[in-house]
Amino acid sequence: MKQYETVIGLEVHVELATKTKIFCGCSTEFGGAPNTHTCPVCTGMPGSLPVLNRRVVEFAIRAGVACNCHIHQYCKFDRKNYFYPDNPQNYQISQLYLPICYDGAVEIETSGGKKTVRIHEMHMEEDAGKLIHDEWEDSSLVDFNRSGVPLIEIVSEPDMRSAEEVIAYLEKLRCTMQYLEVSDCKLQEGSMRADVNLSVREVGSDVYGTRTEMKNLNSFKAIARAIEGERERQIELLEEGKKVVQETRRWDDNKEASHAMRSKEDAKDYRYFPDPDLPPIHISDQWIREIREQLPELREAKRARYQEEYGLPAYDAGILTESRHLSNLFEETAVLSGNAKKTANWFMVEVLRLMKERGMEPDQVNFTPQHLADLLSMMEKKEISAQNARKVFEKIFGEDIEPVSYIEENGLKIVEDAGLLETTVARIVEDNPGPLSELLGGKEKVMGFFVGQIMRQMKGKANPDSVRAALNKEIEKRREG
Amino acid sequence: MAKQIDDETMENVCILAKLSLTEEEKEKAKADMQKMLDYVDKLDELDTSGVEPMSHIFEDENVFREDVVTNGDNREAMLANAPKKKEGQYQVPKTIG
Amino acid sequence: MELESMTALELAKKIKQRQVSVLDGVKSVFARIEKREDRVHAYLDTYRKEAYTRARQVEKGIADGTYTGPLAGVPIAVKDNICIKGKTTTCASRILENFVPQYNAEVVDRLEKAGMIVIGKTNMDEFAMGSTTETSAFGVTRNPWDPGHVPGGSSGGSCAAVAAEEAFLALGSDTGGSIRQPSSFCGVTGLKPTYGTVSRYGLVAYASSLDQIGPIGKNTADCAALLEVIAGHDPKDSTSIKREDLDFSASMTGKIVGMKFGVPTEYLAAGLNPEVKDAFMEALKILTQMGAIVEFFSMKTTEYMIPAYYIIASAEASSNLERFDGVKYGYRATDYEGLHDMYRRTRTQGFGEEVKRRIMLGSFVLSSGYYDAYYLKALRTKALIKREFDQAFEKYDVILAPAAPYTAPELGKSLQDPLAMYLGDIYTVAVNLCGLPGISVPCGKDESGLPIGIQMIGDCFQEKKILRAAGAFEKGRGDFGTAKMGGDRG
Repeated sequence: MKQYETVIGLEVHVELATKTKIFCGCSTEFGGAPNTHTCPVCTGMPGSLPVLNRRVVEFAIRAGVACNCHIHQYCKFDRKNYFYPDNPQNYQISQLYLPICYDGAVEIETSGGKKTVRIHEMHMEEDAGKLIHDEWEDSSLVDFNRSGVPLIEIVSEPDMRSAEEVIAYLEKLRCTMQYLEVSDCKLQEGSMRADVNLSVREVGSDVYGTRTEMKNLNSFKAIARAIEGERERQIELLEEGKKVVQETRRWDDNKEASHAMRSKEDAKDYRYFPDPDLPPIHISDQWIREIREQLPELREAKRARYQEEYGLPAYDAGILTESRHLSNLFEETAVLSGNAKKTANWFMVEVLRLMKERGMEPDQVNFTPQHLADLLSMMEKKEISAQNARKVFEKIFGEDIEPVSYIEENGLKIVEDAGLLETTVARIVEDNPGPLSELLGGKEKVMGFFVGQIMRQMKGKANPDSVRAALNKEIEKRREG
Repeated sequence: MAKQIDDETMENVCILAKLSLTEEEKEKAKADMQKMLDYVDKLDELDTSGVEPMSHIFEDENVFREDVVTNGDNREAMLANAPKKKEGQYQVPKTIG
Repeated sequence: MELESMTALELAKKIKQRQVSVLDGVKSVFARIEKREDRVHAYLDTYRKEAYTRARQVEKGIADGTYTGPLAGVPIAVKDNICIKGKTTTCASRILENFVPQYNAEVVDRLEKAGMIVIGKTNMDEFAMGSTTETSAFGVTRNPWDPGHVPGGSSGGSCAAVAAEEAFLALGSDTGGSIRQPSSFCGVTGLKPTYGTVSRYGLVAYASSLDQIGPIGKNTADCAALLEVIAGHDPKDSTSIKREDLDFSASMTGKIVGMKFGVPTEYLAAGLNPEVKDAFMEALKILTQMGAIVEFFSMKTTEYMIPAYYIIASAEASSNLERFDGVKYGYRATDYEGLHDMYRRTRTQGFGEEVKRRIMLGSFVLSSGYYDAYYLKALRTKALIKREFDQAFEKYDVILAPAAPYTAPELGKSLQDPLAMYLGDIYTVAVNLCGLPGISVPCGKDESGLPIGIQMIGDCFQEKKILRAAGAFEKGRGDFGTAKMGGDRG
């Protein structure tokens, strides 16, 4: 069998995190009751007119600059004409002829090493409304709350060759957009969506095969499966001597198969032309310069800084910078606690553990950095045991409780009551003759058992060092006695 | 010579414009469009090489709005004219899955 | 003088002087509507009850100083493609037969702020596509000067209402001559402002890059006063322009000594009706006698204006009218199988023939393979036309042209040959392509007594020049008279 290479380009839609829609003053807030965030403009009422949200342009430039794009300093909006009920005007305001950003590139890293994926363009456009299917009446219902939410569409060159590269590219884009604070890129809420253009060709060929476009990909996993599925489908066709048809296909992740979205009524002739309702945009050198200067530290820079400044291992620095939100939490806590290394350790172990246990995304983690810093400093001062600190942190992680008073109120603070400790140690040792004889017989491991028992008895409020000292003293007494 | 408008072109135009024509109407529409296109062919006489297409008459100034929410819940008003509605939404014939 | 025969400014003055009540003014137009409307059919809807209530409000508002403008208390008619909250706005189309906007057009808010009283919605060509008001889905409007003739279009209802004294003033919209041509046919004055001067928010779009709302009145001064009311920047319309020189009435000094007028010779070539030409030449004479300089020059792009206009206007219209699909508002077909069949039936049944013709043409010129040859070519041609006007305005203050090549055609004679009808727009469309202001002022009548208008075109933002010229010309011309409709009822 011939060897095939997969050639993949991506069209990624990213919803911008503006307060209002791209052309009207309606809120972009997710999850309102149907059509409660609508007005004459975003429902396409006769006589309504669009007015461009300045922030959308700013965000698009920011995204473009961060992805090494050139900026069309004179750019326009075009109308893309097609009939569909989620599109209230039956044209979408988008950019075809002069997209705001063009010719960029991002670097991705996979198991095969580093690689550059070129970006053909980024353009601004409006999102469509939502259609839900009403099974009772065999009809569809339209909600225009999302209609007019600003998007940038990031179109890559066909530079990717595997699902792994595609995922790396998407993660890179998501991370970059989150760092830039232009989008939260939540796949589950649809604020990041990808269409996959895929073709196959024989290894060594320098011409592209016929490509298909795959839509309806709702998760990274679905994207990976769709790529595998489509690659196999195309290779099969070619092996059978058939041709790949250039078409749009819809991926059904449940069936793990795609089907062509063909219809006589979809003429696929969008009749783009400059939108006469929106004057062209002029982007000055100064505006671009200002945006460039205000660009936040991106992930690569932050990772390098963590390694250098905090002495963190590359792996830890990588994990801690994966999400800007998490890295912010980490950094604020580190500064407040004055011990970056300990803070990093806590994040790598405790935060990650709780996230995993509770199935949370980094962006969903939310607590006051001061709270964790206080807890860490109490540990540092040996005012709370590690065991209790973990319990308290669960409360901080889950309910953002204030640890100092919480520890006080719940009596978790280590108290240096030498008398109490002494009697407790004596009693535990007395009550466990078996382990005691083992210990006396030289089984040092049993020490741990006694420490645990004593700590439990003391409800964690004892300083482990003091416990160890008191225990040693008691054992010595027994040895001598 | 202008493009010759045939049945296929008319059908394509009707798909794009979401219109249906009877045979009689189609013949008339074809003839009208042909006549119009033959007429506008006059533009070919004009040398427009090097002339930028002018989409907007005035385009010196940027026109923006600030990112501030100004609209509240207008649902009732927005749905007031809907030919069919259900549960606060516009109701349409079923779209393809 | 009967109240309804006054100009708007005269009426407002009498109101201000308390010689006439606001209600009297409103009652007088409704009395006239009662007498003449069955023969004119200028209106699609009238609001007598609301107008009376509003008249009382305005009366108070004038007394307490809320309304101080020169048109406070004046009744006005509004073309039915301009949205009024809670009032059916049909664009004279079946597809919007029951559409009730939940918002006002910006101009309507401005009328209210000026203390004016909207008395009804006027008939028009469907979606403003037509030159006769015969493409209306709700019946034709007749020319008050001769009910056997059309009033012109597309703002035929507004112009006929003013001509029949069924309104003191009216708003029209002008995409390719839709204010100026019917004004000429109806013997009234109508002005199309510089693009961006009047907000388009709430004007149902025909061709967005060309549409402008403008005033229609009994004379130039009334138009200037109404333009002052409706002009001004609107943040809801991105193409709205920030202008400061909006004191249009102040420009009407009556003096045109030394003002330079240019007449494109191509505009006087074959196709111009000899009677119209005579009246036009007569008007030039009056201007010369008043001390103006009139010269002829060549406008070489003349023959390309209509092709460029119809390509651009149809292309934009095809897109603008996509929203009429039976989903959100307006008509929806009753029987259909599935979504696309619903779209097709709704639009096929909802739109009239002329609208469909333009939608199809527009869809075609934008379609794959033809965009460059037709649409872009038209935009390049537009640039050349604009360049030629720019050059002309380096030499002339005002360009003069007839408003139309002929007087109002007989009813029922225009729609058979669409192309022939389009050719009638020869003198008006370039003004829209180039965003220029233009005014049509009555300058004569043909043998059968049908009015003829002269069009005065200014450079962008030069409304004041054309208003000054038009006002002066009116004086030189003398009284034009009004449409006498024999057999008025009552």
